[in-house]
Amino acid sequence: MDRSAVVFVILTFLALALVPRVTGPFGIDLVTKIMIYAIFALSLELLVGSSGLVCFGQAAFFGIGAYADVLLSPASGAPSLLWILPACMLCAAGAALLVGALALRTKGVYFIMVTLAFAQMAYYVAHDTPLGGGSDGIYLSAKPVLGAWLDLGQPVALHGFTLGCQAAVFVFLALLLRSRFGRALAGIRVNEQRMRATGFSTYPYKLAAFVISGAIAGLAGFLFAVKDGFVNPELLGWHLSAAVLIMALLGGLGHLRGALIGAFAFALLQEFYQSETIFGAFAKHWHLGFGLTIIASVALLPRGLVGVPGQLRERLLGRVARSQKELQDESC
Amino acid sequence: MDLATILVQCLNALQYGLLLFLVASGLTLIFGIMGVINLAHGSFYMIGAYMAYVLAPIVGASFGGGFFATLIAGLMLSVLLGYGLEWAFFSFLYEREHLQQVLMTYGLILVFEELRSLLVDDEVHGVTTPDWLSGTLPLGGLMTYPVYRFFISGMCLAIAAGMYFVFTRTRLGMMIRAASTNREMVQSLGIDAKFLYRVVFAAGVALAVLAGMIAAPVSSVYPGMGNGVLILCFVVVVIGGIGSVRGALLAALLVGAVDTFGKVLLPQAAGVLVYVLMALILLWKPEGLFKAG
Amino acid sequence: MEKIRIALVAAAVLCAPFATAQTATKIKVGLMLPASGAYASLGTAIENGFKLYVAEQGGKLAGREVEYARVDDESDPAKAIDNVNKLLKRDNVDVLVGTVHSGVALAMAKVAKETGTPLIVPNAGAAAITGSMCALTTFRSSFTMWQPAYAMGEVVAAKGHKNVVTITYKYAAGDESVSGFKEAFEKAGGKVVKELNLPFPNVEFQALLTEIAATKPDAVYAFFAGAGAVKFVKDYAAAGLKKSIPLYASGFLTDGTLEAQGADAEGLLTTLHYGDGLGTARDNAFRQAYTRVYKGEPDVYAVQGYDAAQMLAIGLNAVQGDLTKRQEFAAAIERAKIDSPRGAFTLSRSHNPVQDIYLRQVVGGQNKVIGVASKALADPGHGCSL
Repeated sequence: MDRSAVVFVILTFLALALVPRVTGPFGIDLVTKIMIYAIFALSLELLVGSSGLVCFGQAAFFGIGAYADVLLSPASGAPSLLWILPACMLCAAGAALLVGALALRTKGVYFIMVTLAFAQMAYYVAHDTPLGGGSDGIYLSAKPVLGAWLDLGQPVALHGFTLGCQAAVFVFLALLLRSRFGRALAGIRVNEQRMRATGFSTYPYKLAAFVISGAIAGLAGFLFAVKDGFVNPELLGWHLSAAVLIMALLGGLGHLRGALIGAFAFALLQEFYQSETIFGAFAKHWHLGFGLTIIASVALLPRGLVGVPGQLRERLLGRVARSQKELQDESC
Repeated sequence: MDLATILVQCLNALQYGLLLFLVASGLTLIFGIMGVINLAHGSFYMIGAYMAYVLAPIVGASFGGGFFATLIAGLMLSVLLGYGLEWAFFSFLYEREHLQQVLMTYGLILVFEELRSLLVDDEVHGVTTPDWLSGTLPLGGLMTYPVYRFFISGMCLAIAAGMYFVFTRTRLGMMIRAASTNREMVQSLGIDAKFLYRVVFAAGVALAVLAGMIAAPVSSVYPGMGNGVLILCFVVVVIGGIGSVRGALLAALLVGAVDTFGKVLLPQAAGVLVYVLMALILLWKPEGLFKAG
Repeated sequence: MEKIRIALVAAAVLCAPFATAQTATKIKVGLMLPASGAYASLGTAIENGFKLYVAEQGGKLAGREVEYARVDDESDPAKAIDNVNKLLKRDNVDVLVGTVHSGVALAMAKVAKETGTPLIVPNAGAAAITGSMCALTTFRSSFTMWQPAYAMGEVVAAKGHKNVVTITYKYAAGDESVSGFKEAFEKAGGKVVKELNLPFPNVEFQALLTEIAATKPDAVYAFFAGAGAVKFVKDYAAAGLKKSIPLYASGFLTDGTLEAQGADAEGLLTTLHYGDGLGTARDNAFRQAYTRVYKGEPDVYAVQGYDAAQMLAIGLNAVQGDLTKRQEFAAAIERAKIDSPRGAFTLSRSHNPVQDIYLRQVVGGQNKVIGVASKALADPGHGCSL
């Protein structure tokens, strides 16, 4: 594995751990939110980056994990983390199993549209039926605890726990992608027909990747519900599905650290364009600059921010440097 | 529900479906022939509606023209817009992966929404129905049906007939049909693909803009009006089969029926029903109802 | 190396929005209102009304100069908690004022309740804000959905209608409005024969209008606001129902939408706690002052913003600007009689205005007040333990 990439990842995690000491409550809140998005983007990394399955409905699993937390939490008293966290992930994984079983029968553009359709179905169930509580959402009455040690209602505790989850997901995916399973997914991404020709049954692998990815998205959703204490149907909406795709692409597909970078870049871009100190009264039109940035970054940074050093190196040093670098580059 | 009510609801479903078809036909052409997923297609519908709102007083003042003059002015502008957008932006998307197309056109939605906010405003606006179309027709003593809605259905049918004529009887139509079934072959046969793509894109934009313009008097003009139409259009295109205009027509009528009757019979499930329909059809026919062409 | 550099720059950018100035003597009011999207003009009207009152007091309340922090809530409940936290944790405001959309306001009420921050709601009408989310220092200067609807129920019953069909969006605001109407109407002997609704923010009403025509009720009660209101009124007239089945509604159907609705809205009767042509001295003075500064006519939203500032001033004066004295702050506003352009009002136990609801008719592009539908109507405040 690329040494500078490992150093970068370790430094990032250290910096994130130090955040509560360095900033005030708003900073902790913001960084926790970004880390949750990073976990969300990591789930997509497994699907889009490693398996080549462009899922336009990932927000459905995120939202199901979030709604599961609110709906399963008892009306009074804090639930134990030991059962509610796995329960929420299980709900999201179950939904991913159902959706994946049906959606993976289609390919290419149809797959994109079918995943979008299923996400919209989940959205309308949350939006229109009594189960979801309508367009105004539902509030969480108590945040989960782990015995007397960990109260996720405390911002610093939640920050630390989210950091731990992020690290765990990162390591898990890194190991998964190095395993036989991960190699099979890479083969499917490059040329599925060839994989099938060599006797691989690709459907179970794709389905497994879909379910794991759904479970991770559900974890992110669970953490989001705990952080805000509030869920609403927009968490299942296609705008969020598009946002997480942007994060993954912006960071760089095919690299796990791309998800981290992408989530941070996305959140920071939003804060930047919404900032009234920089843009004054024009800040209310922040979607304009944001949209243009999305277009520019997709157009000009095809390999995402992770690929920027590589692109610069190519510009400066030419083709020889690029081919050498490509031989060294791994998927972390 | 008695027979009279059912008939009226069928009329409602027909009108809704036909309007949806008008927008979706542009999307399926762009999708089918250039292979570009264009999330900004709903924005063209919105641009059409806002054009109707903005152009009406201008056309009235400078040319003394009425409704049809505004429509023609809007159409000309939309063709120009389509041409320009294709040249400046969309032509770069043809060779890109679907994911990149999705995200770049998503960015375009944001840009269009903000441009609307900057150039017009954030208010809800009404567009007046032209006088000669604002009457109502009594429907068997039950209620009256606005003449304008008949006009919408009529326009959509006329345009559908026009498209059918162009596709089956003209050379351009032949090239378009060929390109939607096999793009590479058409290029290797020496047909100028660039020009074809530009024409098709401009036509797609014009169809969506036209739909927005004729819908404006009944739907009124408000921020975010493109989003709802967009998702439904994708459903229609996917059900009908990408690149198939015939499929888009059938699918749009199906969606219109499911939506209309769903709202009346099962209001709670109304939003979900259309997607259930899409999922069922895709499970039966993974590539949509019709093949391209 | 480049990556570390990127990280440092990112950190610097991250810190940029946090830069705030802290002064002990100024009072910081956090305005969370929509500046973009469909409700932007309502947000602007509220802000204008609020600032007008503060300007009339010389820019100071209880001797403390007022400074503002603003966040555009985009009328999006999904971002609500984030936005409130921006005001509270990043900008360190002393008082929260907002907002238009009930879903967003609920988030504000929850956070205000948990942190003990004073909150004045200048529009959102959801019952829960002064119901289950009520708090010592949470007040509302506007209305609850129930109030104008209940008043209309009494009006429709008094007109002799016996069967009514209601129609609205399927969301909290719509449900509360319809249940308020139903409560008054059925108490007076009427019957709501059908309750129609469609998902928010769908605007395809044709199917439901056909349903209404088939049911043949004596009257229809509707609750819609914004784009839905415009379309509904126009569709209702186009379907020929306006002539055969009278339409009644909460004032939101015709407030701020008359330009777009045109002749289709003419003659419609609605109920609201404000209207055009009230003719009182207080209202005239307010309208003159508003038009002089802001160049347009004020509406109910401007009045609500103006009164929010009045209520805040009353509370602050009672504690000489010291917001730590929460009990006295709240008690002062609870006891007060607010001299509003809409007419004087007091506050109920759950901190909601007890006010006259006017009956208005659309005449010549204005909502003319033609009478009082319900005098000093108080919201029951279910679920509030104050």
